[in-house]
Amino acid sequence: MPIDNGSDEQMIVMDDVYFTYPNGVEALMGVNLKIEDGEFVAIMGQNGAGKTTLVKHINGLLKPTKGRVLIDGVETTKVSVATLARKVGLVFQNPDHQLFSETVEEEISFALKNFGYDEKTIKKRVDWALNLLDLNEYRKVSPFMLSGGERKRVALASVLAWDPKIVILDEPTIGQDYRQKERLRQFIVQLNRQGKTVIIVTHDVEFVAECNPTIMLMRQGRIIATGEAREILTNETLVNQASVALPEITKIFKGLEDFGFPRKVIDVYEAADILYERLGGQR
Amino acid sequence: MAIIEAKRLTYTYPIGEKPAFRDVNLEIKKGEFVIITGPSGCGKTTLCRCFNGLIPHFYGGRLEGEITVCGLNVREHPTYEIAQHVGMVFQNPENQLFALSVEKDVAFGLENLGVPREEIRKRVDWALKITGTYELRNRAPYELSGGQQQRVAIASVLAMNPEVIVLDEPTSFLDPIGAEQIFDVINSLNKDLGITIILVEHRLDLISKYASRVIVMQNGQIVLDGNPREVLVSEEARLIGVGIPKATLLYKILKLRGISLNGPPLSSDEACRSIMEVMSR
Amino acid sequence: MSMFDGFKFRSVSSPVHQMDPRAKFIYVCILFVVTVMFSNLIPLIILFLIQVPFVFMARVQKEWMRSMKGSAMFAVIIFVMNLLSLYFYTGYETFGSILERSLAMTVRFIVLVQTFSIFFLTTSPDMLGLALEQSHIPYEICFAFTTAVRFVPVLAEEAQTIMDAQKARGLEMEGGNFFKRIRNYIPILIPLIVNAIRRSLELAETMESRAWGANRNRTNLYVLKMRREDVLLILISLVILAVSIYVSMNVQMPSIIQLLTS
Repeated sequence: MPIDNGSDEQMIVMDDVYFTYPNGVEALMGVNLKIEDGEFVAIMGQNGAGKTTLVKHINGLLKPTKGRVLIDGVETTKVSVATLARKVGLVFQNPDHQLFSETVEEEISFALKNFGYDEKTIKKRVDWALNLLDLNEYRKVSPFMLSGGERKRVALASVLAWDPKIVILDEPTIGQDYRQKERLRQFIVQLNRQGKTVIIVTHDVEFVAECNPTIMLMRQGRIIATGEAREILTNETLVNQASVALPEITKIFKGLEDFGFPRKVIDVYEAADILYERLGGQR
Repeated sequence: MAIIEAKRLTYTYPIGEKPAFRDVNLEIKKGEFVIITGPSGCGKTTLCRCFNGLIPHFYGGRLEGEITVCGLNVREHPTYEIAQHVGMVFQNPENQLFALSVEKDVAFGLENLGVPREEIRKRVDWALKITGTYELRNRAPYELSGGQQQRVAIASVLAMNPEVIVLDEPTSFLDPIGAEQIFDVINSLNKDLGITIILVEHRLDLISKYASRVIVMQNGQIVLDGNPREVLVSEEARLIGVGIPKATLLYKILKLRGISLNGPPLSSDEACRSIMEVMSR
Repeated sequence: MSMFDGFKFRSVSSPVHQMDPRAKFIYVCILFVVTVMFSNLIPLIILFLIQVPFVFMARVQKEWMRSMKGSAMFAVIIFVMNLLSLYFYTGYETFGSILERSLAMTVRFIVLVQTFSIFFLTTSPDMLGLALEQSHIPYEICFAFTTAVRFVPVLAEEAQTIMDAQKARGLEMEGGNFFKRIRNYIPILIPLIVNAIRRSLELAETMESRAWGANRNRTNLYVLKMRREDVLLILISLVILAVSIYVSMNVQMPSIIQLLTS
C-alpha cells in the first residue's frame, strides 16, 4: 500500500498500527494517523483507551506488532530509542518516575550527557532550560526538596533541554492547581508557536477547550475521530463514545439550543460575546 | 452543633521552618458539605490531617491551639479512636487499598476494631452497595480502574460508620466520568445519610452545586469562607487563583458587561436555566 | 510468559481451589518429605503420576504445563550434572545404573516443581495470609506478607515505567563494560526506591486512618474451616507418608535396569 512519507510535511505517520502487550492485552487495533510538522494535537479518551501506548510508539519505546510508524520519514523499527529520543521528547505523567539526581542542574544535564554533547554545549543548554521554566533559583537544589508543581517543571526542563522537534506531554495537568494549569497552557501554546510539534495526552476537557488544538479521540485502541476542538468537543455522540465529558460551556449551550443559540461553543469568552449580543439587545 | 472546632490552630512539620498553617479558626457543623480549596501548598491537606489526628500523632511536629473533633480533643485521643468518627480518603487510589480482594479491604477497619464477624459482613455489604461497588467485591483492587478503586476506598471508611468523611483531592487521578461518579457518591453520603463532608478539591465545576460552604486557603490561612455562590463569584477568589466553575465565570463576565442573570450559577444546568429566565422575561 | 506463571495464583473455581490452605500445606510438606526420601526412579515416577489427576481436578493444566516446560532447562542441567559426577567419581557402577540414578534425581526435581506449582496455582495469597493468621502467627507479619504480595505487580509496573522514562531521555541500558552497566541502573533504582518509600508512607497513613492497632483481639471477615474434603486430603497425605516410610524401610526397591535385565 503506497503512503506518502516522501513529503517532509508529515512529522508523524502511523500506518495501520496494531500493538499487543506480552500479556495478551490488545492496546492498539489499527491506528492510522498523520501529524504535520508544527501541529498541536491533543489525544483524548478514557483511561485504558490506548493513549499512552500510542505515544510510546512515537519515540520507539514500543514497536508495532503490525503496521508501521514513521517519524520524520524514518521507520521506528530501524533506529534505537536513543536516536529517536533526540527528535521526540516524551515527558511522563509522574515526574517522580524520572527524577534521581542530586541537583536540578544535574537532572537537566542527564539526557544531554547521554546524547554525548560536549561540556560547553551542556552548560549552555542547561542554562537555557532553567531560564525557560523559571527554575534558576533551584539550580543547586535537590529535586526531591521541591513541591509537586516544581518537580513537574524540572521534568519538563530535563526533556526540553535537548530541544527535540516533537514534544509529547502525558497527562500534564494531573495534580496541578488552577494557576499551574494556566501557566502550563501558556507555555505549551508558546512552544507550539515556536514551531514545535506538540502532542498532549489528557482527559482534561476544560484544559483542552482552552488550548484549542487538533483533537484525536481514542476508544478501545482506535482513533474514532480527528478534528478541530470546536467540532469534536461539541459532538455529544463522539464525546460519549470516548467517555470524555462535554466542556461546561458546551453543556450550557446544549440546553439553549431551542432558543436558536449556536451549539459549537467551547470558550467562556466567546460564550459571553454571544450572550451579550442576544441578551444585551433585548434591553 | 459544631462537629469540628479549631481555635487558633497553628502547625509546623518536624522538618519545616515556618508553619504549614497559622492561626486557623474554624467551626464545622454537623451535616455540612464543605469544600476546601486554594493553590497547591496553601496548607489545606495539612489542615485535613488534623481532623483525624494523623497530625500530631503520626506526623509529629508542633501543634499549637485547640482542636476538637466529635467532642474529642485530637491531641489526647489516638488516631484509631478518632478514625471511628472521621473517615479519611486520600488522593492516590493506588496506595489506599492493600488487601487482595475488595471486600477484605472494606473490612479492614472493622477487623482492626474487633467487630464480630456477622456484623462485619453486614456493614461491608452495606458500604459496598452504597458506593456501587458490590459487584466488584471479589475482585483484586489492582485490577480495578482508578474511579472504582476510589469508590472502594470510600466504602472502606464508610463501613466504620463515621460521622464525618474527609476527602483529599479524591478525583485528581481520575478521568471525567470517574470523577463524576465519585462526586455523586459523596453527595448521596451527605444528603441521604447525613454524613458531614469535607472535600479538598481544585476542580469545582462539577461539585460546587452540592456544597453548602466553600473555604479558600492561601499561604497557610483561611482567606474566604462562606456560601459557595458568594465565595466563588468574589473577585478575591479569582485573584487567588481558585478554579472557579465555568458557569460562575460566565456570570461574572456578563455582569461586568452589564447583563445580570438571577444570582450566580454554580453549574451548567443552573446557568442554562437562568439564561432562559432572562430570555423569557 | 515465563516459568513463574506456573507458580502464580490462578483464579478459577475448582474443588482444589476451595480447599483449606492448611490442608494443602500439609499435603505439600508431606510430598516434599516423601520425594526427598526416595532416590529410586520407580517410586518417584509413581509420585509424579498420582499428582496428575490433582492437576486436572484443579483445572490448571495449562499453567502447570508451563511450569513443567519452564523447568525443563533446569531438569536437563540436573540430569547432565548428575550423570557426569556419578560417572567420574563413582567408578564402580555400571553405566545403566548411573543413567537411572541421574534420571531419578531429575524426576525428583520435577516432582518438587509440580507439587509447589499445584500449591501456588490454587492457593490465593489472601488465603495463605489467612492461614498464617489462623496459625497464631502475629498479625503484623501476616499483613506484611499479603501486602508484599499485593504490591509486587504494582512495583514491577512502576519499574517498567521508570525504565521507559529514562530511556526516553537517552539512557542506553545495553552495552558498555560491567561498571557502566551497574551505573546505568542508578537512574532506575533511585526513583524506584524513592517512590516505594513515598508509597509506604501513604499506606501507613491509610492504615492509621482505618483504626490500625485499635484492638488486640482483631476479628476477621474470613474464617477458615476444615471441611470433609480437607480432612480427606490430609488423610491421603498421611497414608502416602506411612506407605512411603514402610516401603523405604522394608522393601528393596528394584531398579528399572534390574527389571529389564532379569
